[in-house]
Amino acid sequence: MTGDLGFDIRDVITAALVLLAALMCFAAGVGLIRFPDVLSRLHAATKPQILGLIAIVADVAVTNPSVGTITLALAIVFFQSLTAPASAHMIGRAAYRTEHFRRDILVIDEYTPRQ
Amino acid sequence: MTVVIVIAGVLFGAGAVGALWRIIRGPSALDRIIASDVLVATAMCAIGAEMAINRHTDNLPVLLGLALFGIVGSVSVARFISSRDDA
Repeated sequence: MTGDLGFDIRDVITAALVLLAALMCFAAGVGLIRFPDVLSRLHAATKPQILGLIAIVADVAVTNPSVGTITLALAIVFFQSLTAPASAHMIGRAAYRTEHFRRDILVIDEYTPRQ
Repeated sequence: MTVVIVIAGVLFGAGAVGALWRIIRGPSALDRIIASDVLVATAMCAIGAEMAINRHTDNLPVLLGLALFGIVGSVSVARFISSRDDA
């Protein structure tokens, strides 16, 4: 499997994508710790979630490119990108409704009408 | 290749510890939901990474299941936390 270069090109792709996903998940953890309030923590939670997943699923598709695997991988990405924004939206609305954010760092509030 | 595994493992672990720390310390329930969501996402990425490195796709359906049911908890809690709900 290892080509004449001493390593296989798929190893490089696998390594790059896995490191990318790992970096994303690490960023999610750090983002959760450092962000001040719930609404900004949502950024930390949902962004790496979908990007990390895409990296991993692409990785799986690269390692053994059979039709069944790729369709299942695309299904996973499809469902995750369908459900993650929905849940983030609900959490954000709940956070806004129950005042779980700091108004001093809120830049634009398009939700409440101009008093 | 083992260097990649070690680095990825450390990064995944640090992300999970960060989420766990937020679960423990999170002032409100919403923080805990978000942190548990991140924990599920990290677990999914870790399973995917293990599959990619060891070149097998045995637990791809596990990823599918996690993708579908990972957010059911957060959606249900978010639904009942917002007090005035017009739905």
